[in-house]
Amino acid sequence: MAHVVNARKQCTVNPLKMSQPLGGALAFLGIENSMPLFHGSQGCTAFGMVLLVRHFRESIPLQTTAMNEATTILGGYENLEEAILTIHKKNTPALIGICSTGLTETKGDDGAGYMKLIRQRHPELADTALVYASTPDYKGCFQDGYAAACSAIIETMVPQGPGARRERLLNLLPGCHLTPGDVEAIKETAALFGCEMTALPDLSGSLDGHVADHFTPTSLGGTTQEAIAQLGAAQHTIAIGEHMRGPAELLQQRCGVPCTVLPRLTGLLPCDAFVALLAELSGKEVPQSLRRERSRLVDAMLDGHFFFGGQRIAIAAEPDLLIALGHFMAEMGATLHAAVTTSDAPGLAGLPMDQVLVGDLADFEQHAAGADLLVTHAHGRQAAQRLGVPLFRVGIPIFDRLGAAHAVHVGYRGTMTLLFALANMLLESHDTNAHRHGHPAPVQDTDNHARENLATC
Amino acid sequence: MHSATLDEVFQEPGCAKNQAKNATERKKGCTKALKPGAAAGGCAFDGAKIALQPVTDVVHLVHGPIACEGNSWDNRHAASSGPMLYRTGFTTDMGELDVIYGAEKRLFRAIAEAIAKYDPPAVFVYQTCIPALIGDDLEAVCKAATAKHGRPVIPIDAPGFAGSKNLGNKLAGEALLRYVIGTEEPEITTPYDLNLIGEYNLSGELWQVKPLFEAAGIRIAACISGDARYRDIASCHRSRANMLVCSKAMVNIARKMQERYGMPYFEGSFYGIGDMSDTLRQSAQLLVSQGAPDDLLERTAAVIQKEEQRAWARLEPYREHLAGKRVLLITGGVKSWSVVAALQEMGMVVIGTSVKKSTEEDKARILEIMGEQAHMFEELSPREMDRMLRDAQADIMLSGGRSQFVALKAKVPWLDINQERHHAYAGYDGMVNLVAQIHHTLSNPIWQQVREPAPWESSAKPAAEG
Ligand code: SF4
Repeated sequence: MAHVVNARKQCTVNPLKMSQPLGGALAFLGIENSMPLFHGSQGCTAFGMVLLVRHFRESIPLQTTAMNEATTILGGYENLEEAILTIHKKNTPALIGICSTGLTETKGDDGAGYMKLIRQRHPELADTALVYASTPDYKGCFQDGYAAACSAIIETMVPQGPGARRERLLNLLPGCHLTPGDVEAIKETAALFGCEMTALPDLSGSLDGHVADHFTPTSLGGTTQEAIAQLGAAQHTIAIGEHMRGPAELLQQRCGVPCTVLPRLTGLLPCDAFVALLAELSGKEVPQSLRRERSRLVDAMLDGHFFFGGQRIAIAAEPDLLIALGHFMAEMGATLHAAVTTSDAPGLAGLPMDQVLVGDLADFEQHAAGADLLVTHAHGRQAAQRLGVPLFRVGIPIFDRLGAAHAVHVGYRGTMTLLFALANMLLESHDTNAHRHGHPAPVQDTDNHARENLATC
Repeated sequence: MHSATLDEVFQEPGCAKNQAKNATERKKGCTKALKPGAAAGGCAFDGAKIALQPVTDVVHLVHGPIACEGNSWDNRHAASSGPMLYRTGFTTDMGELDVIYGAEKRLFRAIAEAIAKYDPPAVFVYQTCIPALIGDDLEAVCKAATAKHGRPVIPIDAPGFAGSKNLGNKLAGEALLRYVIGTEEPEITTPYDLNLIGEYNLSGELWQVKPLFEAAGIRIAACISGDARYRDIASCHRSRANMLVCSKAMVNIARKMQERYGMPYFEGSFYGIGDMSDTLRQSAQLLVSQGAPDDLLERTAAVIQKEEQRAWARLEPYREHLAGKRVLLITGGVKSWSVVAALQEMGMVVIGTSVKKSTEEDKARILEIMGEQAHMFEELSPREMDRMLRDAQADIMLSGGRSQFVALKAKVPWLDINQERHHAYAGYDGMVNLVAQIHHTLSNPIWQQVREPAPWESSAKPAAEG
């Protein structure tokens, strides 16, 4: 059991956290033909765009209502209206996803009221979905903004009331700690059970780094409007990550779709729970191919556990990513040496360690001293260098490595890939350390041991 | 935000962009309202940070909610030869209560915390939108903190919503003029002391040109702000002359230093062989006019001759590969014409260039270099860019990261020549680097592979057509 402790500093040093609107934008980017729009000053959009572009290595559609000091004080209705009309005219998106920012929230802009007024005044926007999410920068973090946008999409676009239930139509509400590759892997697993799965949002269609035939100024793919309208007709909703509980329960309230929130999908037991759920929902046997994947993961755990045992791991990540990785490390036999996160969220207390710190990467650097491996986003590179400890990059942003969108760390196969990557990193640093200190590290002994055993078999 | 400062900055007579405008246009200055829903570019805070962040040994503290610093810190490649403090991100990370009750006290304590932990020679405090809106008095807090800690705590009053990045550059310059420049005395001075203004040492570009100045005998006393220490800038008023690197950023510093200290300045560029030589020559001339011994001119001429020869010799092998290749040039910070000239020397054909950020003077120069067939784009939308590239009008596009994927998705070679790039293109070696990179990119074997349709698609096609 962990105590969640706030670092309580006046000055945040080397931020771990990113702001809510950015998380909101990511959710909207997973809807087909959409244009996220920040209701705020231009700079927030520019920073957000640069960050996402560098992470995904893709063009990122993102616009701004370009508020300045005067328009902020007078209220942002006109800018919002003009932005929506301009985007509609120039880019004809199916959806404009508006995220408020700290600036317009401080002023107290009435987003819901504005949206009503715009709808009334502009019948020409009838075919464009307008979704408004309240995402002030001075509250919450990235994953909260993402969840808020998902809830706003459901609230605005999913018709209320129980639809005609369709068997084997499932909803997936993937948390923002899942990559486009993760989302695709989950959908493929569901398909093995003959289930059709609608992901909301679906980054595997939009930010999976593919080459389209034509240039599009809006998102390149993602959940379609029709699919969103059908969310209420699903047999069941599966949400991954505690922060997706809100949207999942909202959908349940509105349309009566029962839901299961899986806190994570990395590690043998969580994967088993997911597969068992699919088997139950579909009424089908677990297919042979999946049994085989499970068996491979079990084998990987047997091979890999030597290298995790007793290793001290320090993790800094948004709550649900921390929960997923922290438990997995512990389940492989590693010790959670330090954990830093961005906000106090449900589930953190369950981590097998004494304390989880709500803080920044300077806190992380301080507490991670003595760890064997650091796990955080690319901004951890300075701490890793100073501490001389290897860094395994996870989450957003990862701007100094390729392939962030394609990393798969969920499901049996994804867990196995993650396990190998981590084990190899631990191995390598032990090899170098062993050479540096001039004596073999314990890990190498185990390795030799394994080899000897192999030889005698 | 001081409206007096703003007015002054907008009326900046030394700004070529402003000089080219008439009186009413000038009044409007850089306040030109952005179009909601069709705007691009960073805010004034972003601009101020770009201009000052390269100062390596101070704490850069951003007063605002997490959006401003959390989404953007440590994202540029300004290099340091010593202190690494500038790469540490500091922010007050304002929460809801700070917004409701004001965050001046919090800021004051944050400054104290940063000083206690990192002991910097100075703290730069950046204003952002929300504290500006709720009326946090940045200047008063900084004044109190300066008094308490006995070291400069400098307000950089450029909240995002005040305007564009360019405005932010200038407001950063104002802050240096008001609070930093001239507050300390240098340890040594020589008749060969020159300051560089507006060079940020991105990817270490300063280090490509510094040795050239040194070889001629010119000492770069201070650089604003690439690889700078606080004290260099505080004492840079004792140098003999200023070189202004980009005409639009921080021209106010050069002009006001001339006014205050009688220091002459000239505008120059490090991009392109001819430009680099001009810059060295002008630096030497200016220093000599300020009393430096005139053998400096000869030494400079010798350096130029040797370096030019060496550069051309190194470029020669590329000419045969690059001659006749068509380039689409979309630049921001780097002056279009200096790159155009260099590419033309290689026999490349520049089929068009963007002039969105260029002054009238720049445009005239481009016309001169490229001739009548020059396509100058005020605004090239991604859609049009895509069309041009797919129509194979260009063999390669050089641009900033923003349009990178337009080129790549059209399967057209692309090279980054803006701020986020990883390669240094300044000086003679830089130009050789740029040409080498263009060659590597153009001659990469992937282009042929990725343009080839999959076998089943190419075989299906003729059948369908037949
Ligand atoms: S526009 Fe304002 S709130 Fe947004 S990043 Fe710039 S300073 Fe911060």
